[in-house]
Amino acid sequence: MSYVAIADQHAHLHDPQTFLTKYVWSQDHKVIAIQYMVTAMAIGLVAIVLSMMMRLQLGFPGTFHFINPSNYYQFVTMHGMIMVVYLLTALFLGGFGNYLIPLMCGARDMVFPYLNMVSYWVYLLAVLVLVASFFVPGGPTGAGWTLYPPQAILAGTPGADWGITLMLVSLAIFIVGFTMGGLNYVVTVLQARCRGMTLMRMPLSVWGIFMATILALLAFPALLVSAIMMALDNHLGTSFFMPALMSLGDPTVHKGGSPLLFQHLFWFFGHPEVYIVALPAFGIVSDLISVNARRHIFGYRMMVWAIVAIGVLSFVVWAHHMYVSGMNPYFGFFFATTTLIIAIPTALKVYNWVLTLWRGDVHLTVPMLFAIGFVFTFINGGLTGLFLGNVTVDVPLSDTYFVVAHFHMVMGVSPVLVVCGAIYHWYPKMTGRMTSVTLGKLHFWLTFLGTYAIFLPMHYLGILGLPRRYFAMGDTYFIPQSVQEMNAAISIAALFVAASQLIFLFNLAWSLKHGKPAGGNPWRATTLEWQTPDTPPRHGNWGPELPVVYRWAYEYGAPGYKDDFVPQNQPPDGRVAAKHG
Amino acid sequence: MAVETMSGHIAPAGVVEGLPGVVTDFSSDKQAFPVHWGKAMMWIFLLSDTFIFSCFLTSYMHVRMSTTVPWPNPSEVFALSLGGQPIPLILIAIMTFILISSSGTMAMAVNYGYRRNRARTTALMLITAGFGATFVGMQAFEWTKLILEEGIRPWGNPLGAAQFGASFFMITGFHGLHVSAGVIYLVVVALRVWRGDYERAGNYEVVEIAGLYWHFVDLVWVFIFAFFYLW
Ligand code: HEM
Ligand SMILES: [Cu+2]
Repeated sequence: MSYVAIADQHAHLHDPQTFLTKYVWSQDHKVIAIQYMVTAMAIGLVAIVLSMMMRLQLGFPGTFHFINPSNYYQFVTMHGMIMVVYLLTALFLGGFGNYLIPLMCGARDMVFPYLNMVSYWVYLLAVLVLVASFFVPGGPTGAGWTLYPPQAILAGTPGADWGITLMLVSLAIFIVGFTMGGLNYVVTVLQARCRGMTLMRMPLSVWGIFMATILALLAFPALLVSAIMMALDNHLGTSFFMPALMSLGDPTVHKGGSPLLFQHLFWFFGHPEVYIVALPAFGIVSDLISVNARRHIFGYRMMVWAIVAIGVLSFVVWAHHMYVSGMNPYFGFFFATTTLIIAIPTALKVYNWVLTLWRGDVHLTVPMLFAIGFVFTFINGGLTGLFLGNVTVDVPLSDTYFVVAHFHMVMGVSPVLVVCGAIYHWYPKMTGRMTSVTLGKLHFWLTFLGTYAIFLPMHYLGILGLPRRYFAMGDTYFIPQSVQEMNAAISIAALFVAASQLIFLFNLAWSLKHGKPAGGNPWRATTLEWQTPDTPPRHGNWGPELPVVYRWAYEYGAPGYKDDFVPQNQPPDGRVAAKHG
Repeated sequence: MAVETMSGHIAPAGVVEGLPGVVTDFSSDKQAFPVHWGKAMMWIFLLSDTFIFSCFLTSYMHVRMSTTVPWPNPSEVFALSLGGQPIPLILIAIMTFILISSSGTMAMAVNYGYRRNRARTTALMLITAGFGATFVGMQAFEWTKLILEEGIRPWGNPLGAAQFGASFFMITGFHGLHVSAGVIYLVVVALRVWRGDYERAGNYEVVEIAGLYWHFVDLVWVFIFAFFYLW
């Protein structure tokens, strides 16, 4: 096996001089990561506020006069789109991907740091364009986050003048920016690992982020294409998606387009998108569980292959979102089958997490609480997914609150729990200080129990037949009065959950100055990012020499060592290669 | 030599047989692909771009098959009148020929690059860019003819299905943008070759990376040609 010191081949790192080049126009992956995280969380706050507005309306209809039906649609749309794309995708891939990949793989930086920097600024531009749509005449689009035509661009839909255009433009910009970053992440993992870091020794966090990035690079094209085609339908009067129809009493210019085509394109993106936010969460959670159970992850190879299998399968299940759209019944059969097949590698991962905890020396640290919370929530959401994956069960449940409950459990709450856990876990490395444990636990319990109070009852509402995306339910014979009371209770829980995120933000801000100094490796973890010579790591990460890896990432409790963990870069004879700092 | 396996035990290094061997080899602690970073990145970018064009082309097939209005006959629409005689597909045949020739000159440029022949590499790259520019120019001519003479618009046309013009302008336009970007890219790289940047760095791989992009754009054209003009 011939070996070149790959990661040091191109070691001309751009060295920052001034405050501006160090923290603003920085090419350091760690700074870019934090820029991504802060931006994503800022726009995520907007999404939370929007969900509160919706909950206020649903819980107490008629009380808040500033929310009208059009606003409600706009809130639903922007909330969904921001949460999925601008918060979670950006935070996991742009944030954690940037921070963890070079550190965990033992590289000095991403392979093309300049491109990486541009990626962030393009992302910021996408966010700004999105935010701008709140301030244009007509406001943001109210087409639902799925942006289905024909209604997305018809007059009468909120935001049909400007909102939808800005949304499409913003998505296109986002995709361009993401592609710049994503290419970097993939090539760094493939080509710039340090010596000894084989793919099968990489921490699962890197595996999850790596696979998710590949999914994103192959799934976003479908979204880009559909955005282009919809913009053309809107502004040039082409008829890709728009059938001939009457709008507000007049025939439109369109003729003979296919709305179903949009749905296919959208979900060819949309389903992998679910795994774009799920796979990094899977990976990170595996590491959090292993560190805090002081035990190697159960079935590492199985976990890797499961990530790969889920990634591949996620491209052949998209039409399970279209069971009620009118498809050939054989299609339904095919997509139901593939959907249920995906459950196998997913269930396997869940078993492995549980088996890792089994007889582990479980430390209930704050990140561990979030990780265990994730496993619970993900099982819950996954089980309802099995229901919805079956055509006959999905048909009556489709477009009800059962679906809202399902996807919030599986791709809302679960990844957010991981995001929080991961921030608590890596905050000491990013800042050199620990966060407050008391506040962290408070934040966890309020969030965890609160989200269950919000989303568990929604399953029941959905089985009653409560439709999603409704401003108000009105007097409908199958909706009993008690539903209103339940909605009010859900809304109150939602307010608590939102408020408890302030505890989180406060904790992060407060600990920056007042947190206990963390030292280099506060969790006593094996992976490389904890073995850097400085904390927070300097530009270039590793000092004069790159680390060399001798073992996998899960050497916990191995017999014959002084500590209950063995860092990946500790040579077999026990010398420690890089100094702890 | 002994290597430490995942679980920390010491095992003799050996050849792993069969499929597990492929995995072991591919995932060992070297670069997964024995190429320059930039080249790996270009490959992955092109994979992503392939998905973009595939989405465009499958969408085109979808609207073409689902529309109820007859599709214009490509041999008539894309015919050019030469000496009073309409010759089907003549313009597009020339365009395709030019683009494919440009792939040939590009391949030669890469070859001369590896032989460290600055002058020839530069010249061949500029010729390639010239072919590309000619292609874009002829495409502009074709568009003008379709728009002015045949009355084809993105939103409709007198010959049949409205989706004909829509998909035609969108897909050839998107491809034309790729070619134009490629022309600029080639010229920039060619000038750097001429200036001797890669001579000093001792590495002409940048020429090959530009070549990858260029061949990709040509390959995509073959598909567009087949699906639009021959179907
Ligand atoms: C504080 C926690 C949250 C609350 C209270 C909340 C509440 C809501 C509400 C009330 C709706 C609209 C239901 C309807 O009228 O159909 C909704 C829709 C949605 N939410 Fe959330 N949400 C939360 C977190 C999240 C997160 C973290 C995600 C990330 C994936 C998310 C993704 C979505 C999506 C995709 C939709 C569908 C939008 C649409 O129908 O177009 N939500 N949420
Ligand atoms: Cu799906």
